[in-house]
Amino acid sequence: MLVYGLIGWTINLSMQDRHNARDSKGFVGLDNYTKLFTDDINDRFLHSLKNLLIFTAVFMIGTLVLGMIWALLLERGARAEGIFRTVYLFPMAVSFVASGVVWRWLMNPGQDDNSGGINAIFHGFGLDFLQNPWWTDPDWGMAAMAVPAIWQLAGYVMALFLAGFRGIPDELREAAAMDGATTYQLYRRVLFPQLTPTVLSAMIITGHMSMKMFDLIMSVSGAQWITEVPAVYVWQTLLTSDYAKAAAISVFLLIVVAIVVVPYLVNVNRAEKRSS
Amino acid sequence: MRFTRSTAVAALAVAALFSASACSADETAAASKDVEVFTWWADGGEKAGLDGLVAQFGTSCADYKFVNGAVAGGAGTNAKAVLASRLQTNDPPSTFQAHAGAELSDYINAGQVEDISAEYATWGLTSAFPKGLIDNITVDGKIYSVPANIHRANVLWSNKTVTAKAGITKDADTLDGFIADLDKLKAGGVAAPLALGKDWTQVMLLEAVLISDLGADKFTGLWNGSTDWKGADVTASIEKFKKLLTYTNKDRDTLDWTDAEKSIMEGKAAYQLMGDWEAADLDAKGFKDYGYSVFPGNGSTFQWLADAFVLPKGAKNVDGTKCWLKTVGSAEGQKAFNSKKGSIPARTDVSSDGFPAYQQAAMADWKSAKQVPSCAHGAACSQGFQGAIVSAAGKFSSDGNVAALQAALAAVAAQFAGKK
Repeated sequence: MLVYGLIGWTINLSMQDRHNARDSKGFVGLDNYTKLFTDDINDRFLHSLKNLLIFTAVFMIGTLVLGMIWALLLERGARAEGIFRTVYLFPMAVSFVASGVVWRWLMNPGQDDNSGGINAIFHGFGLDFLQNPWWTDPDWGMAAMAVPAIWQLAGYVMALFLAGFRGIPDELREAAAMDGATTYQLYRRVLFPQLTPTVLSAMIITGHMSMKMFDLIMSVSGAQWITEVPAVYVWQTLLTSDYAKAAAISVFLLIVVAIVVVPYLVNVNRAEKRSS
Repeated sequence: MRFTRSTAVAALAVAALFSASACSADETAAASKDVEVFTWWADGGEKAGLDGLVAQFGTSCADYKFVNGAVAGGAGTNAKAVLASRLQTNDPPSTFQAHAGAELSDYINAGQVEDISAEYATWGLTSAFPKGLIDNITVDGKIYSVPANIHRANVLWSNKTVTAKAGITKDADTLDGFIADLDKLKAGGVAAPLALGKDWTQVMLLEAVLISDLGADKFTGLWNGSTDWKGADVTASIEKFKKLLTYTNKDRDTLDWTDAEKSIMEGKAAYQLMGDWEAADLDAKGFKDYGYSVFPGNGSTFQWLADAFVLPKGAKNVDGTKCWLKTVGSAEGQKAFNSKKGSIPARTDVSSDGFPAYQQAAMADWKSAKQVPSCAHGAACSQGFQGAIVSAAGKFSSDGNVAALQAALAAVAAQFAGKK
């Protein structure tokens, strides 16, 4: 109840002419929203959306691919599975702030003699062409920013997939084996189709996490133009007392997250009703 | 039965409430002597400076009791967030720290701080502070804050060994001379002779270039709306700023000012533009081999920023707060604070005996120089103005688009400059 009240309050605020510490100068409807897209200095909001898009795409694909590979390896019966599971899952126990501080150092953009972190390793092995500016690259820097996030959540996605694999009844595998299916065919035709719901939930979870991404970015780069995403922009506008603008960005983010999450929730709800 | 039991519980709860409020009533009676001073000075030289002020407050305002309301962390961002919520709920501290100048305009516009110009006259501050400072902090004929200290923003720090090696014997006093020196250093093998950090430090450098090119008066006009950001002279300045960026380290966006300072200490860079808190920091880190000069071309312009205290509207202990503000403005208070914090007194009548060498030089300059405010530190512009400029500078650092930066700066100024 409190949550919905606050959402309502924020939506109301986002339609007010309230851009400093003083009280609102009146109701302006959707003006604050249209201004975000048409009248933001340096297209700051569009820039932050673009950053978010790159980040989300890389983060989602990265966690899905890595998580799937790890899950497959374990599913095929790697030795000491318990240890690997723990190792892969462990990063999730670390907070984004703590890992961000470490990755800030690992992704030091200095090169050659000035290099530190990963670039220093490349330089040390004579792989100089692999050195790169990481998140300070103006176009694709956000892809580098997604690397720590992938590191942190790929293990979780792996756990989801592993649970998915384990949830498939052995009879199906046996039946496929009886029919003479090769291993490739077994996965391609029998096991992967069963994992579709798992993929969907993994995408929803990583997707909405990436849209709210704030702590990781703040601890790697701090709040600055080059890595700005909407969540950081909200923080910046709030600090400068531009309440209406901060509220408008927050509501926009909420709507985007809702578009992604709500159909999923509805779907899950229906599925549960059907099965009961 | 059940009903009576719940009634009893409710009665108990009400009784507890009453006793709690009785307690707090007692506390308020006792608290009328408390002066809650809200700062983000929680450790290091800042805490030492605050302690110096508190000791002075103890002697000159023995009737009142200092209550430390410091909120640590985030270079003040945590404190500002807490302060904003307290002001909104009408629960202001007795006094709070803020940057003197335009950063206060948000509080002034919101009617959250009181005009104290009358006290300025009674406490003799009008004559003790230089006129340039008084002009910079006066809003519509009213003054709302008492500066506790002055920092200088436009100081160029250098590694003497590195500059000597490149054959630079004298500090440049024009931008062109400075660029010639940077070329010499580059030719001598210093790849990035000018150390630079991320966005706000880049804004400081841009401001210093603007002062050199436009002069003090036109520079001050940029912030109150009387100088046009679209002018050809601003374009020329931005071009020079862009040229200076080519002498800086490429990883500038990843560095805080202390990281950039490290490359000076290690001899990887020769110069860094930074405020005079760098002197205290270098001293604390045991690096002795540094030189300092006014940013080339700034002449006798002193770009200042100051920490100040205000009288919030609805403060609980107005007399105590005024006594605190009087202490902050007094010669003894300023000396106690600044000798420990590594800044200089805003008053010009404090003796410089006992201050370190850099501060003595700065105090002499403060008396004779022309004062201009700094936007990167909130003296020249409001928080929204500052945030938008810092963001625009961050973009320029990655794309180097002069026209886009100038258009953005003009748009920001149209939105904020001289606005109330």
